Amino acid sequence: MTNQIVKMTVNGEKKEILAEPRELLIYVLREKLGLTGAHVGCETSHCGACTVEINGKSVKSCTMFAVQAEGTEITTIEGLGSPDNLHVLQENFKEHHGLQCGYCTPGMITRAHRLLQENPNPTEEDVRFGISGNICRCTGYQNIVKSILSAAAELNAAKEAAQ
Amino acid sequence: MKDEVTREERVTNLKGLGSSRKRVEDARFTQGKGHYVDDINLPGMLTGDFVRSPYAHARVKSINIDAAMALDGVVAVLTAKDLEPLSLHWMPTLAGDKQMVLADGKVLFQGQEVAFVVAKDRYIAADAVDLVEVEYEELPVIVDPFKSLQSDVVLREDLDPTAPGAHGPRKHHNHIFTWEAGDEEGTNAVIDDADVVATEEMYYHRTHPCPLEPCGSVASMDKVNGKLTLYGTFQAPHVVRTVASLLSGIEEHNIRVVSPDIGGGFGNKVGVYPGYVCSIVASIVTGVPVKWVEDRMENLMSTAFARDYWMKGKISATKEGKITGLHCHVTADHGAFDACADPTKFPAGFMSICTGSYDIPIAYLGVDGVYTNKAPGGVSYRCSFRVTEAVYFIERMIEVLAIELNMDAAELRRINFIKKEQFPYDSALGWEYDSGDYHTAWDKALKAVDYEGLRKEQAERVAAFKRGETRTIMGIGLSFFTEIVGAGPVKNCDILGMGMFDSCEIRIHPTGSAIARLGTISQGQGHATTFAQILASEIGIPADSITIEEGDTDTAPYGLGTYGSRSTPVAGAATAMAGRKIRAKAQMIAAYLLEVHDDDVEFDVDRFVIKGAPERFKTMGEIAYAAYNQAIPGLEPGLEAVSYYDPPNMTYPFGAYVCVMDIDVDTGVPKINRFYALDDCGTRINPMVIEGQIHGGLTEALAVALGQEIAYDDMGNCKTATLMDFFLPTAWEVPNFETDFTVTPSPHHPIGAKGVGESPHVGGVPCFSNAVQDAFRPFGNRHTNMPHDHWRIWKTANDLGMHD
Repeated sequence: MTNQIVKMTVNGEKKEILAEPRELLIYVLREKLGLTGAHVGCETSHCGACTVEINGKSVKSCTMFAVQAEGTEITTIEGLGSPDNLHVLQENFKEHHGLQCGYCTPGMITRAHRLLQENPNPTEEDVRFGISGNICRCTGYQNIVKSILSAAAELNAAKEAAQ
Repeated sequence: MKDEVTREERVTNLKGLGSSRKRVEDARFTQGKGHYVDDINLPGMLTGDFVRSPYAHARVKSINIDAAMALDGVVAVLTAKDLEPLSLHWMPTLAGDKQMVLADGKVLFQGQEVAFVVAKDRYIAADAVDLVEVEYEELPVIVDPFKSLQSDVVLREDLDPTAPGAHGPRKHHNHIFTWEAGDEEGTNAVIDDADVVATEEMYYHRTHPCPLEPCGSVASMDKVNGKLTLYGTFQAPHVVRTVASLLSGIEEHNIRVVSPDIGGGFGNKVGVYPGYVCSIVASIVTGVPVKWVEDRMENLMSTAFARDYWMKGKISATKEGKITGLHCHVTADHGAFDACADPTKFPAGFMSICTGSYDIPIAYLGVDGVYTNKAPGGVSYRCSFRVTEAVYFIERMIEVLAIELNMDAAELRRINFIKKEQFPYDSALGWEYDSGDYHTAWDKALKAVDYEGLRKEQAERVAAFKRGETRTIMGIGLSFFTEIVGAGPVKNCDILGMGMFDSCEIRIHPTGSAIARLGTISQGQGHATTFAQILASEIGIPADSITIEEGDTDTAPYGLGTYGSRSTPVAGAATAMAGRKIRAKAQMIAAYLLEVHDDDVEFDVDRFVIKGAPERFKTMGEIAYAAYNQAIPGLEPGLEAVSYYDPPNMTYPFGAYVCVMDIDVDTGVPKINRFYALDDCGTRINPMVIEGQIHGGLTEALAVALGQEIAYDDMGNCKTATLMDFFLPTAWEVPNFETDFTVTPSPHHPIGAKGVGESPHVGGVPCFSNAVQDAFRPFGNRHTNMPHDHWRIWKTANDLGMHD
């Protein structure tokens, strides 16, 4: 199959890669761009370990072709926070023990990031519903929910202080 | 110098035992910098993929690889014929059986590995898999273990039906072993004479640990140096190295096995799979690294399942409810090969813990293992070996006996608990329970949930239902469990001949920080955090200054790995013991520096002080430095220690759980209104981590009890091989859990810890199941099998005439 050039902006940087039309986005991100944060857990869109953000929407990158990402803006876990300046969500997941094996964590935090853009004041129920496309096998979600609610409160407090 | 920090502050600074220290692992995991097997990309690496059998039982007439080999980018296609000259077409299992690596003449379960394609990338490999032509001749399929024992169809033609198996005589060509514990004759006599006898048959269905990260390996044979490096999803990397050496003939020192970060294990990653072996062979054949990572469907269809126990019980009691005897027989469906991951002498694991938390004077357990055309396995999914089965069995038998006696099940438990003063307690089936205080835990739990109030509310709800005012009913699920974990004493516990000790090696650096390496491997349990805490309290160096490393066999001491809640009981003990060796040498150094006799100094938090003159001291930092820069008479330089710990006994964590559930009888949908979990895991190392383990274990228990299963049709097709059909609960289905605890230290463990990771699963499954069954008890229910998915709950209501 003829390879195609795909141009996209990933974590703020312009990228140009060569991909087979059948190549899944997750493999391009992980293997061609070296962004191994998002993981493959099921390849059927059920588990959400591969969640990234594309043009402001949470997307499961294991069931999207890389060529479909042409011209898009993509944010992965690597684009949230930095070692010296963790994102509020990353801080709160650490603080509230919102992770164990870490395999679902990048997808979960990336999803939570979008959720808080969609709904900056979520109830517990909103959070539970909002992350129900992301499976965690270790935590039982209780501390994930706590982490996200705490991050939301912190972000809102910061917003209020700024106003 | 005046010490400006208080003693209390010095204790806090250590972040030792009892501290809810934040996890050191989380910095990398939250930033997407974990390093899992599939993240490994070595130069020139090829990808392997399997041709798998679509049939559950068939003869393999021929395999034609020509079309696959002709595809551009395909490097090799391996079949059993290629592995045979290396004697690698079969491999030994952990249970003393052998298993085909690649189909040798026939296939015995759907999804079995038939050929291994090696190609330049995953897409070419997948294309080539489709091009391999395999001619099959279908054979009769057996998916029912009872039918299997009656059938003329011989599943394992490779075995001599008259010769004994690894665990003694076989009764039939599809029979694997009979394993017994206790006194059958005596038990039968007691039961025959008893006031009250309850009998029940229950099926603990087949399920699967299904960690979020599937299994995989990367093998890299360096032909220049003769060294093989094998990265993989291994819960027991050192054992894998030994097995790889025995299988391949490569000397063990030339093999380095590395378990990088592991994305959950839950028992699935204990065994050795054909994919690991094929990646090694392929790397040896091609001379370049070969990666094999299974997909979810392959994980659910072919790697180790859990449970599949058909259990038949008889329990006898006096009219007052005092239990007098227990009889249990299990027909264990092991699938096509006996690939259970149990200590060698225990083919049914620790199923003989099935007398539970109760003082049962006489008991018998018999287990018959059987071959069927299903995937091999039988691993301990979030439990010590078969302990979940055992606890489910006894906690259901208690409920059934309560029905027989027309008695409250909480009270029935209370009057039969082993009493605090009976510990150490010798159970009828041969275990020595180390410590416990069951009555205290039970009373605390029942009080916390207002048990009497709940029963009143339930009675009102039953009345309202009968009056037609509501279509929901209420269930109160109870369970009290005793686990047996921390395998185990080398005298009776081994895996492939390797005694089940574990190890820790510590090096203190000159500036007072340290590295400790262990024979275990974390899969999310947070070892890097908690083992440093054990050590901090033992050696007085802050946990933040201690690096914990596991999983690299070239650097870590030999250990048997992480499963069966053995890390804290065994490796945690080794850590404490190694720490004590460090402390003993530090004491001598301190005494030298303070110019007093060794006996005149004592350890105090983070230093050695002169007895009676605590203002004169040497901190562990000063001592560490001295170990490297002073010539101390009679002492070698340096400060290192290693401990290999052979536990004198198992540990026996316990707990009391209560689940309050509403059930809609028309939809079969359960709603969990409350779940209270009291755990006693002895000394608590990190309460935050313990709580996290409990949340997670309860969630996996909810899954198993309420819907998760590996199901087959009569043709042996696996009907639950994707996450569409295999139930993994989401945040939407999982409630908030209330956690509580008591502390009864283990008397034989250096720090009194017992292990906790699996308790919530072991106690949780019967608790959720009992809640469902209890809801239907007032309407005539006695026992229904798990998983209680919506359909089965609806069916229970329907069978009880609740839709009439």
